[in-house]
Amino acid sequence: MILDGKAPTGPIETSWDRHRFDMKLVNPANKRKFKILVVGTGLAGGAAAATLGELGYNVEAFCYQDSPRRAHSIAAQGGINAAKNYPSDGDSIYRLFYDTVKGGDFRAREADVWRLAQVSNNIIDQCVAQGVPFARDYAGYLDNRSFGGAQVSRTFYARGQTGQQLLLGAYSALSRQIKNKTVKMFARREMLDLVVVDGVAKGITCRNLITGEIESYWGDAVILATGGFVNVFYLSTNAMGCSATAIWKATKKGAYMANPCYTQIHPTCIPQHGDKQSKLTLMSESLRNDGRVWVPKRAEDCGKHPNQIAEEDRDYYLERKYPSFGNLAPRDIASRAAKEQCDDGRGVGDTKRGVYLDFQAAIDRVGQPLIQQRYGNLFDMYEKITDENGYERPMRIYPAPHYSMGGLWVDYHCMSNIPGLFVLGEANFSVHGANRLGASALMQGLADGYFVIPYTIAQYMASITPGQIKEDHPEFKKSAEEVKGQIDKMLSIKGKKTVGELHRELGSVMWEDVGMARSDASLKHALQRIPEIRDEFWNNVNVTGTAGELNQQLENAGRLADFLEFAEMMTKDALHREESCGGHFRTEHQTEDGEAMRDDENFCYAAAWEFKGVDNEPELHKEPLKFENVKLAVRSYK
Amino acid sequence: MNLTLHVWRQKGPQDKGKLETYQAKDVSPDESFLEMLDEVNDHLIKSGKDPIAFDHDCREGICGMCSQVINGRPHGQQELTTVCQLHMRQFKDGDEIFIEPWRARAFPIIKDLIVDRSALDAVMQAGGYASCHTGGVADANDLLIGKPVADYAMDAAECIGCGACVAACPNSSAMLFTSAKVAQLAVLPQGKPEARRRVQAMTKAILDEGFGNCTNHYECEAACPKGISVKFIAKLNREYIKSMVPSSAE
Ligand SMILES: Cc1cc2nc3c(=O)[nH]c(=O)nc-3n(C[C@H](O)[C@H](O)[C@H](O)COP(=O)(O)OP(=O)(O)OC[C@H]3O[C@@H](n4cnc5c(N)ncnc54)[C@H](O)[C@@H]3O)c2cc1C
Ligand code: SF4
Ligand code: FES
Repeated sequence: MILDGKAPTGPIETSWDRHRFDMKLVNPANKRKFKILVVGTGLAGGAAAATLGELGYNVEAFCYQDSPRRAHSIAAQGGINAAKNYPSDGDSIYRLFYDTVKGGDFRAREADVWRLAQVSNNIIDQCVAQGVPFARDYAGYLDNRSFGGAQVSRTFYARGQTGQQLLLGAYSALSRQIKNKTVKMFARREMLDLVVVDGVAKGITCRNLITGEIESYWGDAVILATGGFVNVFYLSTNAMGCSATAIWKATKKGAYMANPCYTQIHPTCIPQHGDKQSKLTLMSESLRNDGRVWVPKRAEDCGKHPNQIAEEDRDYYLERKYPSFGNLAPRDIASRAAKEQCDDGRGVGDTKRGVYLDFQAAIDRVGQPLIQQRYGNLFDMYEKITDENGYERPMRIYPAPHYSMGGLWVDYHCMSNIPGLFVLGEANFSVHGANRLGASALMQGLADGYFVIPYTIAQYMASITPGQIKEDHPEFKKSAEEVKGQIDKMLSIKGKKTVGELHRELGSVMWEDVGMARSDASLKHALQRIPEIRDEFWNNVNVTGTAGELNQQLENAGRLADFLEFAEMMTKDALHREESCGGHFRTEHQTEDGEAMRDDENFCYAAAWEFKGVDNEPELHKEPLKFENVKLAVRSYK
Repeated sequence: MNLTLHVWRQKGPQDKGKLETYQAKDVSPDESFLEMLDEVNDHLIKSGKDPIAFDHDCREGICGMCSQVINGRPHGQQELTTVCQLHMRQFKDGDEIFIEPWRARAFPIIKDLIVDRSALDAVMQAGGYASCHTGGVADANDLLIGKPVADYAMDAAECIGCGACVAACPNSSAMLFTSAKVAQLAVLPQGKPEARRRVQAMTKAILDEGFGNCTNHYECEAACPKGISVKFIAKLNREYIKSMVPSSAE
């Protein structure tokens, strides 16, 4: 089936403005008759819940943490992009649009990216009005820095805690609505199913994580803003609770999963140590503004103290290979380049899976105090984890799974193929294509939540009658029974392996076979292993405790059960995409000098998969992508 | 290294709770404290026991979810460090470690080491925001904020809402937490119009939620993983007094 993204046609510069004018409105007095469920209160969901509440809708919002302020958006360090052109270095909405389309390796929808670039400027204004303490210069103007994949300084930041500050902004707006009773907040609730009535999304089934009770909630529309799924790799930069559960359950109810194979491997994480590790920690990419990346030229030097390796014996491979972007090459390119150096036997550190990120030149140039001011907290964090001082010797970094560009398929209105089901932020597939540039996920989350969904959801609301289906509808009961059934089953297995052990097993298969580089053989190997681990899970997992209490093992087991199904679809997507693009690198498809080779003739589409049952092949639907404003070209950062 | 852990176990709010002793074996100095507990839990599960419940999420020191009192100190003995960022190299072979939940009237225990901190959200809902609508705001550079003011606001804004300050305070006061938000918004032009109302509403909320009073013990600052300074409490006090003086507009 060919999918229609419903993007507006005509000149792109006015596409969003024209579209907004053409959309239907909901009369303010009618808004309160509608109830909207918002699952997830990170940047995307928090902003959406606050704004929809403020507009007058009845909003119920859900998160699995104890407070919306703890959503994983909080971990973002580096910054958020906007096309303000405050530094007058040639930025514009068009340039941000262009960089994003190109950065995503031409696998995103142009109109959505345009809209993102356009509203990026409103986001900064909005956050400043909320009191987000962005960095300023002495005269009082906002400060900017640059990020991977861009040659202009368009990134706004709040020390190394930009995500936290933006989230606190959204959380404060949300708090205000909770106080005003337009939003009802349900914390420590995990959505475990989507309720679909006659093909339309009408509610959700949750588990109350404190009492274990299974609860039903009806809504005239459901918004999923549940973040990313790269914990399918077990070790990743995501928080421990990040999962595919919400979007996977929606997939099982008929929503299409788009481009799940596009996962971003971030180049600047602290390398793994030991085998008991539970997560990998990201060091903000902004470090690459001042840090130079290198490995020793000769493998024999790798064991030496870095400061004893002479300048001429160092290989600044990013500067060598990509002279115009240098250390600021985009993430997929920088990650792969690091892996190449390590595969070549020139990796550093105990595991030889590391490259240096060196600040000596920057410290010599601007002095340590300024570096400290720019990145101090990152140096502290690095020292806590590695016991090494990054000012005195270069840091060691290595790529790690970080971000999911894929997610549920949505049209231009952020609505999935299930009417009434909207998906925002990292949970959808829309704007990043095959690779996300730095500082653009925060931008997308807030764009979707503050400035897109309030308009587009009205179009849908204006077409339905509010409150027609409530919790007494049989579909709610059916869904709750299914959820209970799965929980009881997991608790009854009483096998020998812990959830953690099985998650590690899945993770190692995903990293080895579906990680930074994939081949036909590795993907087929994964497709054999995943069902085996899934089988073992359903026959040999040991989940302690009961259903009717706070039970973290049970929570983890449910998330793993979903990953074990989702992983298979992700791998199938990777196998079917016979090209290399962005975060998806198929070793069979590369140029002579090892760069990704896209195949626009055959693969210029979003792959949207329809789930057909665990043991059946999913069905592929394609949304062809048209590039009318940015010419399809080989993506070069040389 | 090998360690002996004494962990607070409590099935639910009504349960009495007690310390139980476990051994943590072959702990690597590079592990984080929570990774060490994960291992202990894996052993507990395998021996058919209930694993220790504790709150955590980001494991990066930023979400504020983790919350354990370790050897009598919230987040443990290392300065400016959350539990999830505490590494086992801070301990020695043979150490005995006491692990307990946050203790404060406003934070009822839910299970084991997990407490309910929603009272902090209630304080925020009382006024921890600048009331601006989405859209229709001025250009960001129309409001000039000098670097020292922006830095001061940012110093205050770094609070992660973990509640260690409350757990450390002999009065279970939430003053440091509240002062950070009040101070951040009080110095910024965006927050000024509501400053009087905010400080009054938020200080009332901390009492309503069952937090104690501040009597200047400074334990909060010592326990805070983000280095939030007690100078913000002084700022909150000044803002409070200022708010009591009738303004000519009212
Ligand atoms: C370490 C790190 C650093 C980053 N740095 C940057 C950066 O500098 N710049 C940038 O632009 N981007 C950055 N990113 C990416 C960016 O932070 C995220 O993509 C973005 O914040 C995601 O926002 P979100 O609102 O979509 O999801 P999240 O913030 O992850 O929110 C998800 C929400 O969904 C809820 N939830 C999930 N599942 C369920 C369920 N089943 N039931 C109920 N609730 C559920 C959670 O409780 C949470 O409230 C970074 C990411 C990481 C991990
Ligand atoms: S002031 Fe410090 S200790 Fe208190 S909640 Fe904030 S970060 Fe935690
Ligand atoms: S788990 Fe997030 S701060 Fe410790």
